[in-house]
Amino acid sequence: MNNIQLQDAPRAAQDTRETVVVRIAGDSGDGIQVVGGQLGLTSALSGNDLETFPDYPSEVRAPVGTTYGVSAYQIHFGGRHIKTIGDEADMLVALNPAALITNLAIVRKGGRVLVDSGTFTARNLDKAGYAVSPLEDGSLDDYQVMAADISRLTLEATAELELGKKAALRCKNFWALGLVYWMFGRDRQPTRDWLQQKFTKAPDIAKANTAALDAGHVYGEAIEAAGEATSIAVPRAPMAAGLYRSVTGAEALAWGLAAAAELSDRKLVFASYPITPASPVLHTLARLKDIGVVTFQAEDEIAAVCAAIGAAYTGGLGVTSSSGPGISLKQEAIGLAVSTELPLIIVNTQRAGPSTGMPTKTEQSDLNQALFGRHGESPVPVLAARSPADCFEVAIEAGRIALTYMTPVILLSDGFVANASAPWQLPNMDEVERIKVKNHADPEGFSPFLRDPDTLARVWPVPGTPGLEHRIGGIEKDFASGHISYSPENHQKMTDIRAEKIAGIAKSIPALEPDQGETGGDLAIVGWGSTYGPISRAVTTMRAKGYKVSHIHLRHLNPFAANQTELLAGYAKVLVPELNTGQLLRQLKAEGVGHAEGLNKVSGQPFLVRELEQAIANIMGAV
Amino acid sequence: MNEFPKALKPADYATDQEVRWCPGCGDYAVLKAMKTVLADIGAKRENTVFVSGIGCSSRFPYYIDTYGFHTIHGRAPAIATGIMLANPDLDVWIITGDGDGLSIGGNHLMHLLRRNLNCQVLLFNNETYGLTKGQYSPTSRVKTRSPSTPAGSIDHPVDPAQFALGSGARFVARAVDTQIKQLVDVLKAAHAHRGAAFVEIFQNCIVFNEDVFDDFTARDKAAGNQVALQHGAPLVFGEDQTRALAFDPQTLGLSAIDVVPGDHKGALVHDAGNRNLAFALSQMTPPELPMAMGVLYDNPTEVYDVGANDASRKRALVDVMRSGFTWTVEPGAKAS
Repeated sequence: MNNIQLQDAPRAAQDTRETVVVRIAGDSGDGIQVVGGQLGLTSALSGNDLETFPDYPSEVRAPVGTTYGVSAYQIHFGGRHIKTIGDEADMLVALNPAALITNLAIVRKGGRVLVDSGTFTARNLDKAGYAVSPLEDGSLDDYQVMAADISRLTLEATAELELGKKAALRCKNFWALGLVYWMFGRDRQPTRDWLQQKFTKAPDIAKANTAALDAGHVYGEAIEAAGEATSIAVPRAPMAAGLYRSVTGAEALAWGLAAAAELSDRKLVFASYPITPASPVLHTLARLKDIGVVTFQAEDEIAAVCAAIGAAYTGGLGVTSSSGPGISLKQEAIGLAVSTELPLIIVNTQRAGPSTGMPTKTEQSDLNQALFGRHGESPVPVLAARSPADCFEVAIEAGRIALTYMTPVILLSDGFVANASAPWQLPNMDEVERIKVKNHADPEGFSPFLRDPDTLARVWPVPGTPGLEHRIGGIEKDFASGHISYSPENHQKMTDIRAEKIAGIAKSIPALEPDQGETGGDLAIVGWGSTYGPISRAVTTMRAKGYKVSHIHLRHLNPFAANQTELLAGYAKVLVPELNTGQLLRQLKAEGVGHAEGLNKVSGQPFLVRELEQAIANIMGAV
Repeated sequence: MNEFPKALKPADYATDQEVRWCPGCGDYAVLKAMKTVLADIGAKRENTVFVSGIGCSSRFPYYIDTYGFHTIHGRAPAIATGIMLANPDLDVWIITGDGDGLSIGGNHLMHLLRRNLNCQVLLFNNETYGLTKGQYSPTSRVKTRSPSTPAGSIDHPVDPAQFALGSGARFVARAVDTQIKQLVDVLKAAHAHRGAAFVEIFQNCIVFNEDVFDDFTARDKAAGNQVALQHGAPLVFGEDQTRALAFDPQTLGLSAIDVVPGDHKGALVHDAGNRNLAFALSQMTPPELPMAMGVLYDNPTEVYDVGANDASRKRALVDVMRSGFTWTVEPGAKAS
């Protein structure tokens, strides 16, 4: 075969692996995300469970061939429940030298590295920072390198269509995908169909990409026949029967908000200002006008939250969404919603801070902001989503709390959860519990601050209702009449009741139980948000090795589940891994979990499973 | 005759709340005019919402017996926007001031006007921060002495009407608090305009900035230093209507000429649909030229309409979630 060099690593027999991590990287113009998405879909169709994560460059259009212009896509698929995108890659596809140099570190020793040798020109090597080609200096000896001139092979495969060199070369991502499909036994037909549909108006482009896909596959068959490489079988995962789709956290969150509106018979008014990595929620909802969703791209973060509050005052489900810096700007208005006791959802897709920080990198460092970021005594319920699919449920839960208790609710997601995708079994909406909330209608004895004796929520009198005309605002209100009041006793009473109302939400939260492991024992790992996947996998692995460790994951961060402190008291040790310096830890200690310890990482990167396994081993010793 | 069971009188729009502006404040006059307007237009209390920010003028909603929302500093236009997004059928009046609307909330005011949300914006301009005890404001004239500018202010003021026109407002008007008939007429015209209607009300703060508008509102100066705009009528002013506005090709602006009462030869005729004229009128200041009062510009266009309502609902969320690429895992599918 031409151009194939299997370097050093011994040839394995036909291989079966329970899970595989593939990372595809190339220039931002190479269409990496497109073929990554295709690999995800065909893997799902092959019966695998999976999780994927796109790693875009921060620059919108970086110069070709540069390291900062590299776009990557990581996918972890396999025959068991997949909880993370994988600590390390089993295979890297690098479509240029810059993609290789920036992504090699994540490939395990002995892993496969497919490179487009046609791009390893002096100029590209120089741009990537290689003095000598890594294909020639032995620096890749620890890997199984497959160096194919993908550029030339793609041009040859598409020559008949006479697209011109530039357009033809755009097909090389599909050539690489074809080879990956061969390696993992993926069916090409769904991708052929997708291409045909995608390029209905440019059939030659569809044909060229299909030709490239097939050529890559044929190349794999040929090297296999020549004994130069082996394919890898990945078994089906046990998946519950049902209808599935792939969903990102941002999509699931958007749909969860729409679901909360549907379940409560409210108009969803979603007001947002563009910010990374929160904008995809706005983009998803902006396409849903035909189900009655109103989206509003406001002039700034403050206007966005204020518009959501205005919608809530008018009887809608008002939602605003941003990331940390934007949430900072919204805080004064959130205080208004606390004071006027209006339902409101504030979504924070967290990113690395402070200030602009690292907008595309993930962190869990806004918990303190959510809990304490406002002036005055202004308690707000806080929830966190742990996975893409979980975003749907947590958004509905945020709606339930906001509408039932007439309060703003902060929902914490993060850049990782928002952008990661995974197969999602579509919920049966008829089985989801409705959110019972109604507009107040009775003028008899009306005051805008009449309260439900159980929830302490105030009534919701909505403009347009005769006989309930009233005035509210941010000034303190009289407990009984709702009129302006500066009375010391009244302010104390109102402060107390606002706090009591939020604390009382705990009564409606299901008792906290371990996600894995025993109730009570030697060690509990307590997490929240997107650390769910790595913690869950680490605990599964360590339990299989005989460690008696439990995993407890928190959805409700304020108030906590009523039994939480008692549950945690049942463990000799409590470890709290967080992508911050210990923000939940501080809360747990304040709540009486004095023996909790932190495991903290603030690098803009998620936890690796092995870091958590190591931490468990360090605490528990040998078993 | 009347389609309402009982026509409401101005007093029917009063609340039981004690009005807490300083005695003699211009706001009282505006409140009185507003109640008259609401009665005259037959406003339904339940469908009317007053939204305000923070400042003396922003207490206004407490004194009108409709729905009212006293919000946070500068944000009334943003909150009102949400109200209109949730229910476009409500009649929304935004009450703001020169500090609230042009300083801390200038951004929101600009965007509300350019988007052309269907509402009325009343900006009470008194050229001072009254509620915080008299600091100079973004409309204060240069050299204004105040607690924060003991040696006189050095920044150039913004003109509310010019700001509104520059922001793309399709209705811009001016009125004086104490000239009740003019104020009532202007507010009714603002209400009749479909889209964002901006009204600057010159409001006298008797405590911190008394008589700051005297150069055109004082009894002896109003006739000579105000021109009352009427669409289609010649732009004449002065005690005996002997002065008029004419186009000045030299400056591409307006100049004052002498005319014979009853014969307005050479005088411009007001065209409220002409934006260039509105800009020119908005730039006039006494003593050289009169303040233009009344409706400077009234030229409706499409209002902001998100188009998402019950009628537009063509599918359910479940249809959305099922669209695109889906696959089925059959019962009994096992790990291979």
